[in-house]
Amino acid sequence: MSDDMDPMAEIRASFFIECEELLEALQDGLQSLEDGETDSETINVVFRAVHSIKGGAGAFGLENLVRFAHRYETALDEVRGERLAITDEAMRLFFQAADHLSDLVRVSRDDAEVPSERSAELLAQLDVLIGEEEEVEEEIDFQPAAMVLDLDLDIGDPIEDMPSAAITEQSSGAEEVNTPTIEVVFKPFPELFETGNEPFHILRALNEIGHVSTEIVLEDLPTLDTIEPEKPYISWHTSITTHADIAEINSVFEFVEGLCTLEVGPKVQSVSVTKQDTPSGDEPETVEVPIQVPSPQTPATEKPVENLKSERIQETERTPSKRSNPVKSVVRVDLDRIERLVNLVGELVINQAMLSQSLEKSGLSPHSDAMNGLDEFQRLTRDIQDSVMMIRAQPVKSLFQRMSRIVREASAAVNKDVRLITEGENTEVDKTVIERLADPLTHMIRNAVDHGVESKADRQGSGKPAQGTVTLTASHKSGRVIIDVSDDGNGINRQRVFEIAVSKGLISDDVSLTDTEIDNLLFLPGFSTAASVSDLSGRGVGMDVVKTAIQSLGGRITIHSEAGTGTKFSISLPLTLAVLDGMIIEVAGETLVVPLNLIIETLTLSDHQLDQIQPGLMSIRVRGEFVPIFDLGVALGYRNPIQNYQDCVVLLITREDGQRSAILVDEIRDQRQVVIKGLDENFYRSPGIAAATILGDGQIALILDPTDILYETPFQEKTEHGALA
Amino acid sequence: MTIEVLAVDDSRTMRNMIKMALNTDDFDVHTADDGQHGLEVLAGIAPDAIITDINMPRMDGFQFIDAVRDQDKHRATPILVLTTESAPELKMKARDAGATGWIVKPFDPTKLIKALQMVAG
Repeated sequence: MSDDMDPMAEIRASFFIECEELLEALQDGLQSLEDGETDSETINVVFRAVHSIKGGAGAFGLENLVRFAHRYETALDEVRGERLAITDEAMRLFFQAADHLSDLVRVSRDDAEVPSERSAELLAQLDVLIGEEEEVEEEIDFQPAAMVLDLDLDIGDPIEDMPSAAITEQSSGAEEVNTPTIEVVFKPFPELFETGNEPFHILRALNEIGHVSTEIVLEDLPTLDTIEPEKPYISWHTSITTHADIAEINSVFEFVEGLCTLEVGPKVQSVSVTKQDTPSGDEPETVEVPIQVPSPQTPATEKPVENLKSERIQETERTPSKRSNPVKSVVRVDLDRIERLVNLVGELVINQAMLSQSLEKSGLSPHSDAMNGLDEFQRLTRDIQDSVMMIRAQPVKSLFQRMSRIVREASAAVNKDVRLITEGENTEVDKTVIERLADPLTHMIRNAVDHGVESKADRQGSGKPAQGTVTLTASHKSGRVIIDVSDDGNGINRQRVFEIAVSKGLISDDVSLTDTEIDNLLFLPGFSTAASVSDLSGRGVGMDVVKTAIQSLGGRITIHSEAGTGTKFSISLPLTLAVLDGMIIEVAGETLVVPLNLIIETLTLSDHQLDQIQPGLMSIRVRGEFVPIFDLGVALGYRNPIQNYQDCVVLLITREDGQRSAILVDEIRDQRQVVIKGLDENFYRSPGIAAATILGDGQIALILDPTDILYETPFQEKTEHGALA
Repeated sequence: MTIEVLAVDDSRTMRNMIKMALNTDDFDVHTADDGQHGLEVLAGIAPDAIITDINMPRMDGFQFIDAVRDQDKHRATPILVLTTESAPELKMKARDAGATGWIVKPFDPTKLIKALQMVAG
């Protein structure tokens, strides 16, 4: 937060951040309502979210937002008051209204064009839901007004303005002969004190309106032995010479309306109540009766408290909130500062690695103090790193919530009934990952609705419920985040996929591909299964773009599809974009890093384990299983195929489809944590290279994504004679 | 003399607004996120006035005012209710709970200051 930011702009910015949180709470609440949790607190949460957005929006004069939120809130209030049932139709509208509210927040924030047509449409629907007569009456009472802060307000010193507890007040105002005089009779009820009001303050406020002359009526004051100090015994009769009107004077008494006997009116001939001294020993009977000032001509403005009450008071009962979550104390930190910290910790890790290396070289005993200290340092470094990474971690919830809207919109567009189920919303992922996941995930969800789930008729024909489901789950698995998008549709039509790939010239028609390979054709650039380009997924963005986006996050995506039961896309992502545990290897003189979590085991080759599957493709027998060997040096173009694999090392790796592969390398050098440094945009992206790092000795090494190589290499071999370049 | 104020509102924006509106030497503002939090904060301070929202999680404004008034030392502490509802019945309900006065959101900072000075000056 910069210091030169204007305070109002700062509050405005924080308002929009708060709106995001409120919108999230709103989505959550609506989802709970839809899931049947219709208890009053859930409804209250939903109501409160919209209410708070309205409140803040009003302060910034965001009229469109206020108007919409107000009507939405009114509808929710009807639900709260159990005057409106939560029907499917109502829920659908509430969801749509929430989506639109979120749009309005965004356009208000960005000063963009307001989608007023959509507003009008939804407002009309809300009106129908509420019933027209409500809407008209409620319309009036909330007027948005931009809050303008005049920080140079001359508010005076309240204390200097304090009147002495005098009987007569003289204001310093100009005394004009023609100035009208208004008479005020003010007699507090005992309740006035129970509300924390103070007659003295009111009289002081009157004093500011004009020239004031006050008489204290003490006739009700009891003697000291009977006096109850918390009860009012005194009343005041004040004459104000002022140009102010009666309304202004009444406004001084706004807070005590109904808590006192009050008469305000133009002065008639003479003061009708005279000041009396309390005669000692004289005991008044009662103090509760309001004083009747004999001025019948005066238009009284007294309002009994009963008139102001209404049945609504009884309706809303005060129930203690059911979900008492403890307040989490939170500090908001500028992301830049965290980035700086992350970078510094990255440097620290590298520095620690270099120090370790040079101390090891110096030949110190492993039990020396320096080496012990170094161990401690290493552990601390790792703890610091974990802690810093946790700062950046956020639950995927906000991302998932956006997807529920995508499902609603997408299913409406293709006339399908699809429900989104989310699981593992609290799974935490690096903030940047979440942000960059939004687009690919949106596309995948649209695809699932558009291509995955069948039409209503088809579903019923195959005995499925008319409502399709798309499930979005997040979980942690062996140091990675797994995000699955699955649908309960008909599965991938592999025959069709194959035909399309052939017709688009992506493969030749004589290759034989496994199911997995056919499924993976979806990721080829230029592939699109949509027979007719629909409004949704057919936007020229294919799954290849999704795959690229996932890969740029250090992630991988795989497909699993079963005919008749559905398709699942699985995204596997690193927990953080900043560090990884890697194995440092050497191939053809190059130093490379392979992510440790991919490696199942490492083996040194000997002849008796090796078999030749086909020319140029060797396999290794691992506990009875044949595992193909890929020479990393060849795959990366560092060298020509070598003939003798004897004494080389292989890294055994599991692919997402469960198949194992062996990667041939020359030597394993080390195993350590490395800091991921992104490759420049202009660095030619080659398959298998994910990023780079700086090793302890200052050397730069590339970080590999070997599964990338494994997928691309055999595929290219198979299609060498096909059309794929 | 500085008027010490406790502002209770679940909306961060509102709390900021109040703080900014009262950002003069005449006021010293404490804030709390909801009624319950308000009571906790109140345990450590003795404000000259309290401003509270009505609609809040955990403990709403009515319950909060009730609880404040139950404490002897705050029986007479002025409490202003901040509300978007200008509906008279809500004001009256707040008063029944013991509120001193009310300010309708969106509030005009000048009015807020005046109201505070009116009840607590």
